[in-house]
This record gives sequence, structure tokens and C-alpha cells, in this order.
Amino acid sequence: MLAEGAVSKPLHREAVRGLQNIVGPRMVLHQPEDLLLYEYDGSVEKGRPGAVVFPAVTEEVARVVRLAVEHDIPIIGRGAGTGLSGGALARTGGIMIVFARMNRILELDLENQRAVLQPGVVNYELTRAVEHAGLYFAPDPSSWKSCTIGGNVSENAGGPHTLAYGVTSNHVTALELVLPDGEICRVGSRHGDSVGYDLAGLFVGSEGTLALVTEITVKLLRKAESVKTLLAIFDRVDDASETVAEITARAITPAACEMLDGWTLRAVEDFIHAGFPLDSAAVLLIELEGLAEVVAAQAAAVEEVCLEHHAREVRVARDEQERELLWKGRKNAFGALGRIAPSNYVLDGVIPRSKIPQALRRIREIGERYNFKIGNIFHAGDGNLHPIVLFDPRHAGQYQRAIEASAEIIRYCVEIGGALTGEHGVGMEKSELMPLLFSDDDFDLMRRIHDAFNPRSALNPGKIFPLNKGCGEITPRAQAAVQAVPL
Amino acid sequence: MSTVTTNVAARLETVIGADRVSSGSDCCAKFAVDGVAPAIVARPATSAEVVEIVRFAKSEKLALIPCGNCTKLGVGMPPARYDIALDMTGLNQIAYYDPGDLTLSVDAGMNLTQLAHILGQQQQFIPLAVPFFEECTVGGTVASNIGSSLRPGYGSARDFLLGAEFVNGAGTLTKSGGRVVKNVTGYDLHKLLIGSLGTLGAITRLNFRTFPLHEGFGHLVSTFASVDAIVRFQAMVSKSPLTPSSFDILGPEAAHAVAAGFKDNSDSKLPPWFTQGAWHVCVGFDGAETVLRRYSSELVQYAQQCGASDYHLLAKSDEKSLRVGLRELVKLLSRSTPPATIFRINTVPGFSADVSILNALAARFSIPCYIFANSSAPLYFALQSDDLNDKTFGSLAHLAAAVFEYAAARNGSASILFCPTPLKRVVNIWGPTRNDVALMRRVKSAFDFQNIFAPGRFVTAA
Repeated sequence: MLAEGAVSKPLHREAVRGLQNIVGPRMVLHQPEDLLLYEYDGSVEKGRPGAVVFPAVTEEVARVVRLAVEHDIPIIGRGAGTGLSGGALARTGGIMIVFARMNRILELDLENQRAVLQPGVVNYELTRAVEHAGLYFAPDPSSWKSCTIGGNVSENAGGPHTLAYGVTSNHVTALELVLPDGEICRVGSRHGDSVGYDLAGLFVGSEGTLALVTEITVKLLRKAESVKTLLAIFDRVDDASETVAEITARAITPAACEMLDGWTLRAVEDFIHAGFPLDSAAVLLIELEGLAEVVAAQAAAVEEVCLEHHAREVRVARDEQERELLWKGRKNAFGALGRIAPSNYVLDGVIPRSKIPQALRRIREIGERYNFKIGNIFHAGDGNLHPIVLFDPRHAGQYQRAIEASAEIIRYCVEIGGALTGEHGVGMEKSELMPLLFSDDDFDLMRRIHDAFNPRSALNPGKIFPLNKGCGEITPRAQAAVQAVPL
Repeated sequence: MSTVTTNVAARLETVIGADRVSSGSDCCAKFAVDGVAPAIVARPATSAEVVEIVRFAKSEKLALIPCGNCTKLGVGMPPARYDIALDMTGLNQIAYYDPGDLTLSVDAGMNLTQLAHILGQQQQFIPLAVPFFEECTVGGTVASNIGSSLRPGYGSARDFLLGAEFVNGAGTLTKSGGRVVKNVTGYDLHKLLIGSLGTLGAITRLNFRTFPLHEGFGHLVSTFASVDAIVRFQAMVSKSPLTPSSFDILGPEAAHAVAAGFKDNSDSKLPPWFTQGAWHVCVGFDGAETVLRRYSSELVQYAQQCGASDYHLLAKSDEKSLRVGLRELVKLLSRSTPPATIFRINTVPGFSADVSILNALAARFSIPCYIFANSSAPLYFALQSDDLNDKTFGSLAHLAAAVFEYAAARNGSASILFCPTPLKRVVNIWGPTRNDVALMRRVKSAFDFQNIFAPGRFVTAA
């Protein structure tokens, strides 16, 4: 078992030479100053690799893995490093394989709505490559203009439109993998069904702990005939959250239903100028897609629900430009908050949609008790909360208190029937919270699956599983979360 | 009943109670798999009792097969060992249902029809339009991953199964996923249970996303003289704004089988939508009245443009009968006398080529065949001989080898869903060993190290 805070050691010269022989000297970084960038991702965690390597083809990935095994060095896969859970960080050092050069779209089968990709293809680039045929790739995380499909697969990424179309695993049909012993294999099939266990379903979202993904076959969806984007403006947060619960209860199924609270939207508006009303308490950004007849009926129903719940106004985006601006405001919201506080901690808890109003009230109460500003920008339609705890790590104790407040929010999500993470993954950020949801027996089976593919923890060590589980110790973060709720 | 069986049954009775254990050929016959009957039937009423039974089987080194209403026990190879039938129908309650959240947690042994009734009261449903619908359980449906005709519009179980609880081979109650509609916490082990035929454990509970029931339903049945015309029609619909809930393609014989199901005692005529000798395409759609009108007019237009020789729009009771007929076609063929051999084939779409090759294969061996597909895949190829003898089984074995070879050459896969048991003595229904089977064996071993769950039945069997 790994110890938290393990110090990354520089790679042995012989290992570095081995890497250089595989990919060429320019495609290996090993000087400390070159490695600094790779110490971070989008989370508050850190972990520096001993070397970073940029393979160009699957065979090079397999050779790097075999070399790492030979030298007993951990391996970490990484796409664009936009993840929010520390999934692509080298928690215990090791060789980081960055897929930036494996960024080719290998095949577009537009007739059958399939694409075969290398893992370094940027999410948005795939949609751009197929939009001329009226197609697109549905998962659309906020970072879609920079995150890679490989990273999406590892973390089973979501995005606003997963409300209607599902997360990444719903769109992946086949994978090429490099196992921790360097073996290259394929799972799944292009059309989606294959004989036997659904291995593609297992590997998607396994956070790089079972295998490295070197090729991905995805489904492409056809763009809807009609899209309508509504902005509902509320003077009370409770009214907005009750509207979401009512939209779900009335079985209206928007393509996306996002909520920004007033404090957050003011920060966003100052930065993006998306047209969000500065004096409101909350807005809902609701997108409806489908046949014109369906969209028209749903828009009328949504507007009715909003007005019944005291929406001050329901605006409809007049054109594509206005729609894009509203979405720009939503997708860049996290970045906008970076202008307000030196650091923030983004949570990813999920709750039943019928419980959104009470959950938002509890988050507000926790923020007041800990004396933190907690913003809310989230995928309301599927109950995927993103409370953002703003703090200043330069002030003594703030980081620890932010973590404790966050743990309390996550604990509450679990208490009301929810889960730790809806789309960001567990990574190293939430691994110590896993006992909130899973029993020792659950861990035992997950560990056996882990060991069936990655028995020596050579791949992405220190992720998903709580580090100190079963060792008689528990980290301060886990203590904060676990103590009050014995599960 | 042997002394050994009597002793084992008595020991199991001490674990879960005498009223939960049966033995003897009469009560075990219903649970026979390919002619192999268990010695004991265990009927747990709670997940804790399932745990006790599995631990008992593990300690006694006994093999068990989880069963629902036994409608699909014929799927898979004959068991290598089979001591205990784990009758899961006693676990049959709704554990949690939040209609406002459109989420549901249900015991695996609940009957699918009963579940549909409960959801229907809230104007909701789960899009599992599967054969044996009236009889089967939720757990058996998921464990067999039997095809749903609503797949084109709603996806398959992996798209709306949110989580599961199950007892694995170590005899521990384990969970994966959750009850919320979006969740990436931990490995998605519940996805592995879909189609696992009970080889990874006994599913005790399943969590689903539910869907709003639509106001109305419609079906366009169009007939075509050529398969190429159907392919053009399918492409046209696929590129249109329409998103039909189902798209069933029926070869002439399959269409006749569905049409024949329309006959009742008072009326021996086949329905008006049926044309002898023609290929039929049945496109299902749902929604409000305005939406149904739009589908009807545009689908007719596309069918005409693609050379449909005839078309019929079905509504109300005729439409419902057609939906049931399409849903139950696999059941009809698998339970016919003699039972058909039904292949399930997944290749990269290329329907015309598939049909001509399969027709040629059936003709070469002079075996009548039925071809039908749910959208472009999976494609079902059912062969039905008038009588089953060694010669027929020899022909079917050669034919199976040719189908497996063809699917593999097209980077696809094929397996036999149902067939007469004697054929399994000469054909591995899973086809040639695939490259990923070694990885699947690792999964099986992690879930069920002692191989007590349905040994020998799955693609992972040695």
C-alpha cells in the first residue's frame, strides 16, 4: 500500500535512456523544471512525475510500459490534464505517459455514425470534424475545447448534455488497451455488442487503474432538428431549485438543465458578459432538443413550470449567437471564479433530483457555518451538484477547513441517497471518502478486479481506493468525512 | 433422491430453514438446464439468505445457477456442474421508487409485467420490450441481456441500469453504482452483470432510470421487394430528424410468423399489413398526437421514395398487437416444435450482404430460415428443421461454423442464442475463442474464484 505524500524520486539514468531510445530524446522530459507543469491538473492536488514521455503510437506505449515494469516504476496516463480529481497526477512519482502526440482521428464512418480515435484527440475537435455531416460527439465537459477523449474515457466524463444523452460510457463501443505488462488487446466491438462480459463498460471510467487506452471507437449522434435555449430568472434560489424538481417530476426531459446561483453568475457576467441578470438570485439555463413539435411543447411546459415557481422572466435565446453566449457563460464559469479567490475546491456530488431544494439549503448552511463563500454552478437536471468552495490557501488552516466543509457536503449527498462523484472521477481527491459509499466487501471485490488487471499497482497507483483502509489509520480528510456517518 | 443429496439438503435446511429448500425430481425438473437438473432448489426470500446459500455452496463445493422464471435458462452452454438452483423469485419487492426523480430500485425476482404495471400507475416505464415479457423476471432479463425491440430509441440495459446489488462467489453482498442518474464513483461492476448469465454472482437488486410513458404510439409497416431498398429506407430515416423507438426488419418468413400471431379463434385471416413473400419493415414511434402525425406522414414519404410496395399505419389495438408480436418473435421460434436454432449476429452494418450470405447458407443445407433484425443489429438468423436427427445436427454444425467464420471476417461476432440441446454437444454456441476471453476469465475469477456460479455455461468456460 502506498503512503500519502510519497516523494517523487528522479528516474534512474538508465530508465531515462531507455525511454529516449523508445520515443526519441526530445520526447522525454526529466529535468525538474520541465516536470513542474505536470505536477498539476484542474484539482487542488499535486504529484510530480519522475519523467514525462510522449509516445506517438500504441507500440511505443507498450514498450514504455514494459520498460517501466522492468525498472519497477509506476505509470500514469494523462490527456490534457484538465481533470478535477487528481486522476492524472503522479501521486507516487513514476513515468507519466502523455497522449498529446496520439491525437489523430483514425477513421470517420459517417454512414454508421462511428469514429475511431487516438486518445489525444481533443473532445471539441471530434465534433468539429463531423459537424458538416450533421453529427456530433455528445459528452461535452466544460473543458471540451481542451480535454481529450482519452481523458474522457478514463474518467467517464459527462457535461451539461449528458442529461439527455448519457456520459462517456454510453458512447464508447470499443477500446484498444495496453495492459500493465505491455500486452496490447482489444475489447468491445464497433457496433456495440460483443460476445461475453462488457469489458468496454468496465474499462471506461476505471481512471487509468486497469489499463492504458490507446484507441477508442465512439458513437456519433445526429444533431437535432430544433434547439431552444431558455434562461429562466429567479429572485429566490429555492424557487429555481424547486423548478428543477418539478420539471423532472413532470417528466419533461430537457437536453440540458443547468443552474447558476446569483453570486456565481455575477462573477461570470463580469468576465464573460453572457447576458445573465446581475440582480437575480439564480438562473436556470434549459436547453430543449428534438423534433420541432416536441421542442415547442416542452418549451411551453417548461415556461409554465418556471412561472408557477415565481420565475421573474423566461427568456428564449433569439439566435445561435445568443445561445452560444449563454453557454460560454456556463462553460467558463469555473474560470471566472478563479478571478475572485486564490483557490477553489469544486465538488461533484450527485443527489436525487427531487432533493435539490433541500440540498442547496444545506450547502448554504454549511458555508455560513465554516465562513466560506460557496458558489453553485451545476447540472441541475441530473442532480449533479458542483458546489465551489472558495478559499485562500495562504491563510493558515483555510485549506483544511475547506476540505472539511467539502467533506460535510459530500457526506450529506450520500445521506440523502446520492454519490460522491457524477463526472469528475474519484482520483486521489475523493479516494478517502469512498468508505462513505462502499463497504469492506464492496472494496474487496473492486480490489480483486483491480488486481486481476493491475496486480502490482503499476498503473496509476494511489487512485480510487482509500490509501489507509484496513491499516488502522485514516487521513485527516477521511476522518472529517467518515466519523459522523458510520456506514 | 440419493443419500448424498438428502444430507446436503438437510444441511442447507439448517442454514435457511426447511421451507426454503426442496429436493426431488419433481420440483427440480422446472430448473433443468439443457437436460441437467439440479439436486436441490433453494428459495431465498432476502439477500441475507442468498448470502447464506452461496456461502453454503462455497463451503460444500457445490455449483449453483441463479434462476428467475426459467424462461431463458436455455441460453448458454450446458452446465459443467449443477447442484443447486437458486430460485430468486422470492426477492420480488420494490425497494425504492421515486417517481419524481425517475429512479427505481427493484428486487431481481420481480416479474417484468408486474413492474410495468407499478410504473404504469405513475405514467412511467423501463424500455425493456423483451421476449418472454409476461413471464420473465427483471433479474433474468438483465442477466441474459436478451434483445429489446425498443433499443433503437432507448438503448439497451447498459444505458439505463444505474446500479446493482449482488452476491458474488465469495458469498458477500456487494454493490456497484447507485440510485442516482449520473454516477462515476468506483468501477462500473454492474455493467459486467449484464448478459453474464449468472456466472458472476446472484443479482439481488437492480437500480434503473425510468422513463415517462408517452401519450400515444404508432407503427408504420411497409413492404419491400428487395433488401437493398430496406437499406436505403433505413439510411433515409437515420439521416432524418426522426428518432423512432423501434425499427424491426422482418424477412418474409419472420413476417409471416409475426402476422400469424394476429389470428385469433374467430378470425383466421392474416392482418392487412402482411404481404406474402415480401420483406417488411416495422417502424415504431411514440409521442403526443402532433408528433405521431409528423412521424406518420414523413415515414410514409420515405418508404414511398425507397420503393415500398405497400404500407400500413397502425394505431391502437392493431399497433399494440404488432408490438407484442415483434417483441415475442424470439420466444415463438425458441418454443416452436421442434425448437429453432437462433443465431444472434453483430457485424458492422452491411445488411444486404449479411442477408444474401445467410440465405445462401440456409439454402445450401436445405434448412428453412427466418431472418429478422432490430434496426441493423443485432441480426437474428433462425433455422428450423422439420425434424431433428443426426444429419440435421451435422448440417447445423457446419452452418454454425460458417456463420461464426463470416461474422469474424467482418470484424463482428455471432453466437447461438437458443438451440436444441443436442446441438451443443457438437457446437460451442459462443463461437471460436475470442482474443478478449483471457481478460474475461480474469473478471470471472475475481468475482467467483471457486467457479461455483453456473460453471461451464459462459464464453469463459475452458
